[in-house]
Amino acid sequence: MMKISLKNLPELYSFIAKKNDLYLPIFKAGQVDFAKWDKDAIVDLNKLKTTKSAKDVFFPQSQDLVRFEVDGKKISIDEPIMPTNKQVIFGVKACDNRSFELLDMAFVEDYPDTFYEMRRANTTIVTLACAKPDEACFCKAYGIDAADPKGDVSTWIVDGYLHWMPNTDKGIELTTEVKDFFELDMDNSAVENQQSEIRAIIDRLPYSNIDLSKFTPDKLLELFNSPKWKALSEACLGCGTCTFVCPTCQCYDVKDFKTKTGVQRFKCWDSCMFADFTKCAHGNTRPSQMQRYRQRFMHKLVYFPSNHDGVYSCVGCGRCVQKCPQMLNIVKVIKTLGEDK
Amino acid sequence: MQEIMKQAKLKAEELLTKGVVNRVIGWTEGDFSYDCSPATFTLDNLDKFVYTEFCGANLSKYLIEESKKEGKILVFLKPCDTYSFNQLIQEHRIKRENIYVVGIECRGKVDIDKLRAFGIDGVLGCKTEGDKLICDTIYGEKTVDKVDVMLEKCLSCKGKKHVVYDELIGEEVVEEPKDRFGMVAQLEAMTEDERYKFWQNELSKCIRCNACRNVCPACSCVHCVFDNPDSNIASKANTDRFEEKLYHIIRAWHVAGRCTDCGECSRVCPQGIPLHLINRKFIKDMNEFYGEYQAGEDTETKAPLNSYTFGDREPHEFDTKEGK
Repeated sequence: MMKISLKNLPELYSFIAKKNDLYLPIFKAGQVDFAKWDKDAIVDLNKLKTTKSAKDVFFPQSQDLVRFEVDGKKISIDEPIMPTNKQVIFGVKACDNRSFELLDMAFVEDYPDTFYEMRRANTTIVTLACAKPDEACFCKAYGIDAADPKGDVSTWIVDGYLHWMPNTDKGIELTTEVKDFFELDMDNSAVENQQSEIRAIIDRLPYSNIDLSKFTPDKLLELFNSPKWKALSEACLGCGTCTFVCPTCQCYDVKDFKTKTGVQRFKCWDSCMFADFTKCAHGNTRPSQMQRYRQRFMHKLVYFPSNHDGVYSCVGCGRCVQKCPQMLNIVKVIKTLGEDK
Repeated sequence: MQEIMKQAKLKAEELLTKGVVNRVIGWTEGDFSYDCSPATFTLDNLDKFVYTEFCGANLSKYLIEESKKEGKILVFLKPCDTYSFNQLIQEHRIKRENIYVVGIECRGKVDIDKLRAFGIDGVLGCKTEGDKLICDTIYGEKTVDKVDVMLEKCLSCKGKKHVVYDELIGEEVVEEPKDRFGMVAQLEAMTEDERYKFWQNELSKCIRCNACRNVCPACSCVHCVFDNPDSNIASKANTDRFEEKLYHIIRAWHVAGRCTDCGECSRVCPQGIPLHLINRKFIKDMNEFYGEYQAGEDTETKAPLNSYTFGDREPHEFDTKEGK
């Protein structure tokens, strides 16, 4: 393992950013989100949860696909610029790191998405352990260990130092490039102590042992037809907050924007909470908010696992728990439906 | 707070039992004090009803759908919520005859995001003692002055008077209306570039979740222009820097004169954008141009933008150079 004093991190960032687009949790107007680092950026590694998840780095909210230019009877097509830049994302928590594996199932394994695949191949992920988990965290329920966050490089912040440990070939490559900024760290005890502390905190978090056993593919119809969805969803505003802050929500729409001289076709995040979600020529497949609300949780807890060897499409980051304007969330769904044995 | 909650629950029970109403809309308990949600109740689930310092949600807009249903519904409205209610009545959006309004005492509501920004993480539960908020957290007990963590809408409270009700419960709280326009005046005093930079910084955080629109009692269109695929502005993401402003500016124009300044837009914004300031700028301008007006104060007074008098200022009289 190696370590670097926190006060030397700006030099490390600056070095990494020479060859890579470097993404870090950056403070802006009261919020911390992953954004491209520059020398004026205010980095906040202490923030437990960025408002949005880290998925933007691979799956941005909006992505230009193709532009059509119309000039009289001539139509020309401008191909998009492919994301060929090398990227480093630094400060990813264990839950968000796990979400990348879930997004891979949709965008690499099921139906390869060129942009996503390219970004994923070009990116080195540096994770950071969660020193202070909060009440809404339930990563443990999905078998994620916030004290051992994985990725290409794992890091821990203890007593003014960032401890660094590469895990993969990509991680070793980055480590080789930046090793001059680090000192050797032969004593693992600081990190190990922090790991035990983190695990002890997580063990007593109220949602850590939430019971997911009810959510199995064979219960699909029973869960779908539960009369409880009505009360669970009644306060839902139909906004997209939960889906847009969620690290595993993966639905998108393809839209055309009419420019003065043609059409800009782009791909953007969609939300099953929106009234026009999957709207077809005949109308909407889910006309009520209850049906749309049910879709979100059935997808995460039943449909996705049915198609992916029982893996839930939730990582327990707790963002929806904390960000829903009316305080509805997946935990309330799991608890309410899960109590019917 | 315990006492008023007990009174509210008893009132709901009484009116349900007597058959005056067939259901109640209020707030239901969560796991951590701060996570209570709007919900409807009958006698079957009334035990889950809560009324605490975290019941900031304005229930008025839910009545658009609820008042169309069979039977009468009891709604608990805080003083600021009653303005939204009146405004919805004036716009013929809710059926007054299907609603029984219980005005409920309010001493200001707490903003969980401010608590977190104050360094109070891992909140498991909170209780008010006098002016203090005592928080049980996974990192021990923390105490904070309530005024430091109140919702923006409570820091600029319009006063504790209910402008509409069938019945009031709780003590009458006397509080002078607070200044609402200080920050707007500060923005007005900025240069154009500074102001642009301020809004650029704030609005570039917008993720177009539409929470501000969907919670807004003045946004009651059945089908919003931003959801119309033929409008060419119905993108689900902000495609460029112009668009991230367009959405909020159009929305502010559309609710101008109808916005009661209930503060829900800023309360729900996941990115903490001070959206209320855009609406307040419009309110301030209208007050200055056409005389003091408070949307939702009653159901009769015509809004300044819906009426014309010979004394109204003409467009050429506005000094645009100063950005006012």
